[in-house]
Amino acid sequence: MTRTRRIKDHHAEGRVFTRRTVIAGAVVAVCFAILIGRLTYLQVMRHDYFADLSQGNRIRIEPIPPNRGLILDRNGVTLATNQPTYQLELIREQVPDVDTTLQGLVDIGLLHPDDIARLHRVIRARRSFEAIPVRLQLTEEELARFAVRRQDFPGVEIQPRLTRFYPARGSAVHALGYVAAISEEDKAKIEETDYAGTTLIGKLGIEGTYETELHGKSGFQQILVNAQGRRVERLGLTVPELSRKEPTAGNDLLLTLDTRLQKVAETALGTNRGAVVALDPSNGDVLALASTPAFDPNVFTRGLAVGEYNALITDVNRPLLNRALRGTYPPGSTVKPLFALAALEYGVVTPEQTHFCAGRWSSPGYGRVRRDWKPEGHGTVNMRKAIATSCDVYFFDIARLMGIDRMAAFVSKFGLGAPTGIDIDGERSGIVPSTEWKKRAYRQKEQQVWFPGDTISVGIGQGQMLATPLQLASAISTVASRGQRFQPRLVKGIRDAVTGQTRELPPITLSPVLLADPAGWEIAIGGMIDVANAPYGTARGAAAKSPYLIAGKSGTAQVFSVASNERIRKAGELAERLRDHALFVAFAPADAPMPKIVVAIIVENAPGGGSAFAAPIARKLLDAYLLTPEELAAQEAKRAPTPVATPRGD
Amino acid sequence: MSANFDSSTHRTLTLTARLLSALHLDGALFAGLLAICATGLGIIYSAAGEDVGMFLRQGGRVVLALAALITFAQVPPRFLRMIAPWLYGLGLLLLLIVMGVGDIGKGAQRWLDLGIIRFQPAEIMKIAMPLFCAWYLHERPLPPSFPTVVVLGLAIAVPTAIIMEQPDLGTAMLVAVSGALVILLAGLQFRYIVGVGALVVGSVPVLWSFFMHDYQRQRVLTFLNPQSDPLGSGYHIIQSQIAIGSGGVFGKGYMNGSQAQLEFLPERSTDFIFAVIGEEWGLIGLTTLLLMYLFVIVRGLYMAATAQDTFGRLVAGSLSATFFVYVFVNTGMVTGLLPVVGVPLPLVSYGGTSMVTLMAGFGILMAVHTRRSLRSREL
Repeated sequence: MTRTRRIKDHHAEGRVFTRRTVIAGAVVAVCFAILIGRLTYLQVMRHDYFADLSQGNRIRIEPIPPNRGLILDRNGVTLATNQPTYQLELIREQVPDVDTTLQGLVDIGLLHPDDIARLHRVIRARRSFEAIPVRLQLTEEELARFAVRRQDFPGVEIQPRLTRFYPARGSAVHALGYVAAISEEDKAKIEETDYAGTTLIGKLGIEGTYETELHGKSGFQQILVNAQGRRVERLGLTVPELSRKEPTAGNDLLLTLDTRLQKVAETALGTNRGAVVALDPSNGDVLALASTPAFDPNVFTRGLAVGEYNALITDVNRPLLNRALRGTYPPGSTVKPLFALAALEYGVVTPEQTHFCAGRWSSPGYGRVRRDWKPEGHGTVNMRKAIATSCDVYFFDIARLMGIDRMAAFVSKFGLGAPTGIDIDGERSGIVPSTEWKKRAYRQKEQQVWFPGDTISVGIGQGQMLATPLQLASAISTVASRGQRFQPRLVKGIRDAVTGQTRELPPITLSPVLLADPAGWEIAIGGMIDVANAPYGTARGAAAKSPYLIAGKSGTAQVFSVASNERIRKAGELAERLRDHALFVAFAPADAPMPKIVVAIIVENAPGGGSAFAAPIARKLLDAYLLTPEELAAQEAKRAPTPVATPRGD
Repeated sequence: MSANFDSSTHRTLTLTARLLSALHLDGALFAGLLAICATGLGIIYSAAGEDVGMFLRQGGRVVLALAALITFAQVPPRFLRMIAPWLYGLGLLLLLIVMGVGDIGKGAQRWLDLGIIRFQPAEIMKIAMPLFCAWYLHERPLPPSFPTVVVLGLAIAVPTAIIMEQPDLGTAMLVAVSGALVILLAGLQFRYIVGVGALVVGSVPVLWSFFMHDYQRQRVLTFLNPQSDPLGSGYHIIQSQIAIGSGGVFGKGYMNGSQAQLEFLPERSTDFIFAVIGEEWGLIGLTTLLLMYLFVIVRGLYMAATAQDTFGRLVAGSLSATFFVYVFVNTGMVTGLLPVVGVPLPLVSYGGTSMVTLMAGFGILMAVHTRRSLRSREL
């Protein structure tokens, strides 16, 4: 080829281009013809086949809900499991008339008339082809009743489902929480595809806080359904391949709770309103967490009728309230060991320095004359004896010497006035009063002023000071372990549903309380040992014939008024509601560098008033945890005839 | 009365014609595009399960795309020719940047985030590629000589390979096609066409084993036998054919497609929207839509044939033909004629980026067409 430079020939190029464009146009036409041919094949010639596939012989994708993880106590006892039950589900598009169908279900006694309005709302909110549970947990008899009338209810089907079951009924319900129908608020928080087919979601407690661990992920399966939407094995000419994606089960949770101890706590509280928290001071494990009255969480899984739910929330004893975490009480004398430690830390007294208690206390500028709980006084007391006898006068004095802000700063180090950080939601902070706090708490200037008299009340755990039973247990646990602090926890391990491996969660250490002179711990603990063991101790009966050394501190919280929402009308009941709350904190063995258990007990409006009622509960818990069954039986035999309670002690 | 009406109609028509010519728009093409967009919006409302939010978002994108069309229609083709090589260079540079970022991020990286706007450089390439090829051929004698074809072949291959690596097979293919069509329309001799064809066939095994991702290979295998993977990409093909086939001649009615409304059909508002139209509006609906597309394509090719210089001709021809490839690859995929390649149904599928690029392309097409007389006077 000769290398001549070709010259652009515009006309020739134009002709070539036009030719090519025509070819392109032809190709386009041919391709469109092929497309329309293909469409004709699909939509005309094979229309019946595809219409059959899409209509008569439908493949429905059905979600497979995952198995919810189990909840086990520290010894492997099952606290929450899953039980097969049957429920009624409705698919709107297959129901000829929703009103008639629901009314029909009411007529045969499967639905309550009160539920109709709610169900209508739910049915309208969901898509027409979604299966909506209208009635959970059918009994055998109800199942039979529906089965014989099944043909009257197209679009309503019995579905086997696993539901949550709590074998111990109301035991530990405030720690466990419960599961209930998924609400609209819940929906905003969850990934809906992971919850396809799931009807229940964790509310409160472990079930609520650990929802993501427990739930798992839904799977899917294709099923063959007939024109009515009912599942069939095979219908028509074609049986398409059906596929299935397995759900991922939720993880099991291993709790720190000891079911045996939990039962002892609940039995001891009996029909009283109150709370018990037991902690392992060496790692923050919550061994027992009881709040009475309790409720049976199983009722929520079967769906509560409106009336039942209202009864539960308006009950004057407030069974839904978790008193261990959300009940805030004046800690009373149970915080005296902490203020004693504070006095040593700030050097306002020495342990051996004595005060004379004549049963009354006053100081210029500190308001009215204060009376000790013991009218005749305790005589000459040093720090240890002041704790043992719970001498109010001594603590009025050291409160005056320290001033409120130093007291507040010191007890805050023990976690009072702030959530403990326990691994379930809803905990309240309580109040550690201080001049700063009062400024934040009140809007009006004149209310923000801190009066010296306020300081004196706080000195004996009264005034505006408030703490939850969990906070008290945690603070006393820090005393028992000589300053070590752990975040209280209910879950100690997570067992992976897929691998079966248990992941142990390490205890969460908090910054310890360090004293300038660690000998202070022994003074405070000594005082608490004397409470339970010395002849002048306020709870000297509590430790009677104990094979291990108990340290404790009693307390009384005065009830000034009755909350107005606790609608109490009968005069007799009002008197009961004005009785003092009884408190008791204890730990044992007190002579060990690291005691094994700490308990905090509160009994609201305790019979007889005062700590006399709470101390024996502590003893029962300590015995149950520290003694072998044989030792326990022997002790019961020995102790039975003698009454444990002291006449009166604060 | 009737005379009045006629005169007012006439006035309106004249006004519209004046407005169109002032904006350098082609009335017929513009009307065809509007009809397709309107059909698309209608079906998206149904396919998205009556989701007003999605409908409004898509409506917003249509407005944005039309703005792009009008903007590009104002740009003189001469200016486009001038910046063509620079635009191509910029597109290539951005692709390389994205590839670098992607290597660090270790995932599919197609987007370039400029803080304010995020876009895919591959979209620039869809426009820059035909402009560049047409610019390169504009001054050279046609049919293109062998060295010219080699240079352009490389210019097409490099960005295509980068986009394929992103991995975005659909866009890579469209970019390559838009360049290749320029060369074909320029009068590439048939011996080259046969040669390149043989090269492509020969490179398939190489592409298969070195360049294609597992999911792409899977798609091709599934295309050959959809039942082999009924829950994966085979599921798309099976379900979309059930949707189209069950629609029949007249369809099941708007918003009544059980396949689409019951969510059996995956990606029903994006890549598989053609099946929703087939199910709800039947053969009649699909044929009508295809005729709208055919009208736009033929009008585009006619505008290309009447363009007065090489650059305008080639650009207009390539853009129209690429639009056809777009339509055919999507509809072929949905009807089971072609393997599943992620190409949306142009101007109808939910999503904005490709719509803006396409409309910008049509803007260029109109700019070429409406400035003919101006050009001839210059010549």
